[in-house]
Amino acid sequence: MPGKLKVKIVAGRHLPVMDRASDLTDAFVEVKFGNTTFKTDVYPKSLNPQWNSEWFKFEVDDEELQDEPLQITVLDHDTYSANDAIGKVYIDIDPLLYSEAATVISGWFPIYDTIHGIRGEINVVVKVDLFNDLNRFRQSSCGVKFFCTTSIPKCYRAVIIHGFVEELVVNEDPEYQWIDRIRTPRASNEARQRLISLMSGELQRKIGLKVLEMRGNAVVGYLQCFDLEGESGLVVRAIGTVCTLDKLSNTSAFLPACNSPSKEMKESPLVHPPSHGCRSTHNSPIHTATGSRLTQNFSVSVPTLIYTGMGSGSAGKEGGPFKTLLRQQTQSALEQREFPFFTLTTFPPGFLVHVGGVVSARSVKLLDRIHNPDEPETRDAWWAEIRQEIKSHAKALGCHAVVGYSESTSICEEVCILSASGTAAVLNPRFLQDGTVEGCLEQRIEEASPPGCGFCHIPYDELNMPFPAHLTYCYNCRKQKVPDVLFTTIDLPVEAIVIGKGCLIQARLCRLKKKAQAEANATSISNLLPFMEYEVHTQLMNKLKLRGMNALFGLRIQITVGENMLMGLASATGVYLAALPTPGGIQIAGKTPNDGTYEQHISHMQKKINDTIAKNKELYEINPPELPEEIIGSPIPEPRQRSRLLRSQSESSDEVTELDLSHGKKDAFVLEIDDTDAMEDVHSLLTDAPPPSGFYSCNTEIMPGISNWTPEIQMFTAVRVSRLGNINLTNQTLNKNFNDLCENLLKSLYFKLRSMVPCCLCHVNFTVALPEDELVQIAVTAVAITFDKNQTLQANKAPTEKSQQRASTDNEEQLQFPLELCPDPLASQPSLPAKEVLEGATSQTGIPAAQRATSIDYSSFADRCNSWIELIKLKAQTIRRGSIKTTASLDKTSPLAEGYLRHRSVPSCTNSTVSVVKMTPLSFLPGAKITKYLGIINMFFIRETTSLREEGGVSGFLHAFIAEVFAMVRAHVAALGGNAVVSYIMKQCVFMENPNKNQAQCLINVSGDAVIFVRESELEMLPVQPSTVVSQPTSSGGDVTT
Amino acid sequence: MTSDLDIFVGNTTLIDEEVYQLWLDGYTVSEAVSRRLRGGLLERSGTSVSVLQSDTRDHFRTFQMLERLLHSPPRLCQQLLFQIPPPRQAALIQGYYAFEPALARELLGKKLSKGTKKELDEVSARTGLSLRACRRQFDNFKRVFKAVEELKGPLAELIQQHFLLPPPLARDYAAIVFFANSRFETGKRRLQFLSFGDLAACAQHMMGHWTQGAMTPEAAEPDGDVPRSFLQDLKELKVLVSDKDLLDQHKSLVCSALRGKISVYNEMETNFKALSRALVNVGLKLPHPRDVRDFFVDLVEKVLDPCRSDHWSLGDLRLFLGSYTTAPRALGGFRHQLLWERYMAGISACLLRMYHE
Repeated sequence: MPGKLKVKIVAGRHLPVMDRASDLTDAFVEVKFGNTTFKTDVYPKSLNPQWNSEWFKFEVDDEELQDEPLQITVLDHDTYSANDAIGKVYIDIDPLLYSEAATVISGWFPIYDTIHGIRGEINVVVKVDLFNDLNRFRQSSCGVKFFCTTSIPKCYRAVIIHGFVEELVVNEDPEYQWIDRIRTPRASNEARQRLISLMSGELQRKIGLKVLEMRGNAVVGYLQCFDLEGESGLVVRAIGTVCTLDKLSNTSAFLPACNSPSKEMKESPLVHPPSHGCRSTHNSPIHTATGSRLTQNFSVSVPTLIYTGMGSGSAGKEGGPFKTLLRQQTQSALEQREFPFFTLTTFPPGFLVHVGGVVSARSVKLLDRIHNPDEPETRDAWWAEIRQEIKSHAKALGCHAVVGYSESTSICEEVCILSASGTAAVLNPRFLQDGTVEGCLEQRIEEASPPGCGFCHIPYDELNMPFPAHLTYCYNCRKQKVPDVLFTTIDLPVEAIVIGKGCLIQARLCRLKKKAQAEANATSISNLLPFMEYEVHTQLMNKLKLRGMNALFGLRIQITVGENMLMGLASATGVYLAALPTPGGIQIAGKTPNDGTYEQHISHMQKKINDTIAKNKELYEINPPELPEEIIGSPIPEPRQRSRLLRSQSESSDEVTELDLSHGKKDAFVLEIDDTDAMEDVHSLLTDAPPPSGFYSCNTEIMPGISNWTPEIQMFTAVRVSRLGNINLTNQTLNKNFNDLCENLLKSLYFKLRSMVPCCLCHVNFTVALPEDELVQIAVTAVAITFDKNQTLQANKAPTEKSQQRASTDNEEQLQFPLELCPDPLASQPSLPAKEVLEGATSQTGIPAAQRATSIDYSSFADRCNSWIELIKLKAQTIRRGSIKTTASLDKTSPLAEGYLRHRSVPSCTNSTVSVVKMTPLSFLPGAKITKYLGIINMFFIRETTSLREEGGVSGFLHAFIAEVFAMVRAHVAALGGNAVVSYIMKQCVFMENPNKNQAQCLINVSGDAVIFVRESELEMLPVQPSTVVSQPTSSGGDVTT
Repeated sequence: MTSDLDIFVGNTTLIDEEVYQLWLDGYTVSEAVSRRLRGGLLERSGTSVSVLQSDTRDHFRTFQMLERLLHSPPRLCQQLLFQIPPPRQAALIQGYYAFEPALARELLGKKLSKGTKKELDEVSARTGLSLRACRRQFDNFKRVFKAVEELKGPLAELIQQHFLLPPPLARDYAAIVFFANSRFETGKRRLQFLSFGDLAACAQHMMGHWTQGAMTPEAAEPDGDVPRSFLQDLKELKVLVSDKDLLDQHKSLVCSALRGKISVYNEMETNFKALSRALVNVGLKLPHPRDVRDFFVDLVEKVLDPCRSDHWSLGDLRLFLGSYTTAPRALGGFRHQLLWERYMAGISACLLRMYHE
């Protein structure tokens, strides 16, 4: 009996009227956990019942604690007929199971009904007493921490980053069970919500077990997804990165404790690797219904997907021997792992050595219900296949690891596209094993790869490149080779040297396909995919060049399958990396030169393109220092030939392999206009309107080139469903419609948020779905963060800062606001000449910039940091006057509150203030320090209506539902004692409507990390805070010992 | 390509004050869009009409969802669905409960019933407000009236507590509730020169001086009504005009006090008895529900009009009322000094407020 769950039902408020006659409600509450149910007394005739129940105690084992949600049902008592349900609250008690997180869940929860939405609120207190369990063979994994955040959480230090963990569970979807025909929609929705809650609990527990096996104590970058496979079932799968984390404040105390298990691991490496491979479990109570006839399994081949070159391996001059040593070490560390994948997108300084490029694999599968439950699970095999492919792609790039790794699916009827993508990389072994290797090696590594540009250096042998690429010497250190463009799925490393600002770049694409069944359908999709990948890539490349940039971060390509079309949407953040060469322009070449007017048209377009590039360079402040060619002294022979990106007219698969991705260093990127298609493409290139002045956007965590964030944030979700006209649908009109849809959506976001200017839309995340024949659904979640224009100047005065890498872990939270790495040439004219001189000197003497920087006096850096932090604080204080107070004290509620405060006789008013909970898709809050992680929030809701018109149509319905989801997330966070959700993500938003029947249904799945944050400005006022943090983490070491 | 569904939901509910006002004014989405266009928003923000339409629809939808909560402002502060910073909440409430004085003037003293609601289209035509805005404001009056109907205590503060209104607005609502309770006639032609502000001020003066709440903080009766005991007592004041001696003494006391101090001394002296009779009779009529409606008519016709025709200045009236109220202290045989002064304080304040063109 290793755990006792205690629940107390305190009160309810604003309950709906259930008895029309009296306009009142006789409410009582059922508290259910597992198979045990308790009931409160009926509180008669009140809309604000005060139950004040006893403590309901559930004695359960911890396996159950991890799997089961606490289920609270509010009902209306009816003497003569069945009691009517008012609504439910599901509480995930997982955060109470590890000691560092929350200790109690207490607060007002919205009472949710899948048909009526939120109906009043209930105040609940939940506690868990855990008994120590020494059973080695236990099935639970209490104590393993989960984080959605795809970087090392702010108040922790990564001792070891173990690697990839995955798991999936399968069940039958209650919506498709026979019983669904006779039960009410409510019962069916609730069964589904409960099942998914159970399955994700089970999944998390199983992942936790694997983590313990791997001797880790946490999963970072935990991504859990649902595949609603319809008839064939429901899959819940998750991936993450296993780490051994250590609370920052007590580093020294826990180092030995953490080292020993990893040593153990080294001694018996064979014990672990096989056990945490691709193993999957099947939920057995109900028969495991899945499996498939596999049809077209295809994977996209290397050339279309790997964007970049790399290089030196052994060719590197100074770093050579060390590099080989490092390579061997890392490889041995990684070879133990079946999949050397990392879901992280941001890494501790020094972790990332080189980045190869994007690797991705897709495969089309047919879902089929299987009638023999004994049939072995195939979903695992599918994913294993894809992961293998990713691994081999990475190998081809000379990389032994994949970072920024993610997996996704798109399902339409019985066809499913599985996708995986990541960034091939070479990692520093010291985080992968234990701390003992640190020391001399570490130092040398850093010498070998200067922090500001090291990750750009090509990781593989230049003489043996997997595809033709154009290499030059790094523009920063002049020692190693770099590719001309770099595409990655990770966030911009903090130490990267960037010129100017970044911007959101999207490639959008539609392809019609014939309606077909089963294999024929899968085949046609498989045939279309390579062309889509190719075109998406071309679009990205063109748009990148149009903005005068040379690298993409956070690249995410989503391919969505519908009945009669495929849609591709790629989003990334373009930047200009100082280490990479200046991109050439775009040149248009006509195919029919004898036509006079045509020529004119071409030259007109060429002019427009050139103007756009110039304008963009100005807009994004891309002003790289001009370097004379001689100084570069490039030993690489420059074949001054124009690389052509051929537009394939006859879309045969042969041509894909002929893809030439080598773009001349200074050469223009040639767009050959040979048909109207290409014309359209050029047009669409130019239709992408830049954001209005004062706005910036990116899909990464941080916006390159902006550092002076102010604390005001606004997270939002926008959803649009558009009907594509069904007449004469061609690829062109489709593309245009889709493009317009995205552009208009962005425009309307800019308009809505205009009061926040100057601001940046960060982590802009588009999701496309094709719910029906001619419907396109786009959902966007992002956060708008204001920044201070004036401070840019001051931030710029600090010279380029590269010593951050050396900054001790204490400075970690400062790193979340990366200092402007390069002077902003437009904003700070005076500092420009000096900078140029410096750069010039560097290139002549050949001292790597980084070495120069690391010699900067450390204390001066700290000083600057401090003064800069001061500025932020100052700013925060001035801003805060008008903004929301995070402390929910009554006297601060409103100017009005003071008026009624005098009259305490009215109880309803005195406890009125709702505490503010911030939400953000980022892993940090600007101007604030996260002091505690309270646990993962992972919620799944279904909402259905049979009175769609009455609820304001589809827009009214979904608007209310999303607002309700936000409200429930906030309530859960507040009940855990938190005041923010970071790394918030809406993973699924499945919307279905049937306007003829006046019905609609929507499923939403969201997740994030509940945290407590303290404003930087309040930190000094609360000197107690740090000490409480120190006193908290008593058992991170204890968690490791299984 | 048409957008079937188009929504934007912020973690902090986004509220555009301009659009809120348009919504409050009762415009439809398309009317609001064209108004925003006329405001030159398109030029300023360089966006398109469709964006503006989508934005307006979004805001209107939000406001419709908020409206339910605005009906009970403390709930707006407690609810979890919309995260709105408290100052914003206050602004929303204040905006929702703000009303057009012209409309309130029309409705003062009328029963807040369904019948009156049906007449709102006429009111709408007369005031130039949209019918929807009229209905909202009427419903607000009715809601506030219902909420405090049964409660005890100072009216304005009760309203402030239950609707979280800023004090001046709460006082105006208190006046509206007071009028709805007392049903004073205010629609007469003769009274058209009185604005809502005048009448609301009068109501506040009457409540301030006459109601229970004004006397003890822990009132036993609701404030919307002037306590019956006070009204019954007013009968005692009859002696001031019925007793010839008292009336004469009163007159001489006032005259001696004001001689040389007011410019209309002679007119005052000749009119004293008529004025005094009028002032006392107004009080004597108060206990009778049927006669109470004439309160303002009587004050205007029998007190203010004679003064006006004799060209009294406001200062003259103030001085006169001052000594007229205090003079009975020196009257032997008049025992209702407190009652008298309490009564006259209210009347004087009303008269002074009403004495204008």
